Amino acid sequence: MQTIPLEFYLILSAVLFTIGTIGVLTRRNAIVVFMSIELMLNSVNLTFVAFSAFMGDIAGQIFVFFIMAIAAGEATIGLAIVLALFRLKQSVYVDEANQLKW
Amino acid sequence: MSLLYFFFAILAILAISSAVVTITSRNPVRSAFALVFHFFTLAGLYLTLNAQFVAVIQVLVYAGAIMVLVVFVIMLLNLSNEERLSERFDVRKAVAIFFGIAFVIQIVLSVLIPGTFQSNLHPDSLRIGTAQEIGKVLFSNYIVPVEIVGILLIVAIIGAIVLAKRKLD
Repeated sequence: MQTIPLEFYLILSAVLFTIGTIGVLTRRNAIVVFMSIELMLNSVNLTFVAFSAFMGDIAGQIFVFFIMAIAAGEATIGLAIVLALFRLKQSVYVDEANQLKW
Repeated sequence: MSLLYFFFAILAILAISSAVVTITSRNPVRSAFALVFHFFTLAGLYLTLNAQFVAVIQVLVYAGAIMVLVVFVIMLLNLSNEERLSERFDVRKAVAIFFGIAFVIQIVLSVLIPGTFQSNLHPDSLRIGTAQEIGKVLFSNYIVPVEIVGILLIVAIIGAIVLAKRKLD
């Protein structure tokens, strides 16, 4: 069965991961940083599914489920932290959360 | 075959552009909706890999559950117009973009060595993408991780309730 080569998926995944990394490093809004982390997790999922389909091994797709479960847990905890931060500082900018800095 | 390439190219362009909109847009609501669109394009890419069940779960869990949570928090905080005056170009941004491009070039060079990967989908790929196969493996070989993930989700729910409560008593 002739298909798109695996390299295309890997390159696309690398580009998406890098966009997510740039988002984490450059944005100040904690919610956008959080969404960039979701972008990075999703690009890794794409790599897992691509290798799983090209190797004929189901373990990659199983791992995608675990990553999704971790992402759901991270979403709930992260957004709760953002809410608590907003209550404390009236802002969600990550560079204003400096209580631990002495 | 060329139709498949066309489909892949459209999905890849849409995925990259929606990701760029997600990280560059000043309005958090707009980046949330771009991210929902990005999740749909990724589901389409999973379909080109014969991973039907993962594609459905992607739409249900990410676009359905996680993004609803994000949009709720954005609406709850009501912070659309504060962002505009404080976002600026600085050296941090330049360093991030430089290292990002260097990373992509590194990966592309290492991936493009000819003969590293096989260029055809495995013949089993149609079979292992179905819900039946994934369920069989998930509840036999991977039953302990599944239980641990259940515990993790319970801990996350309790932690979110504790963190979001107004006052601990």
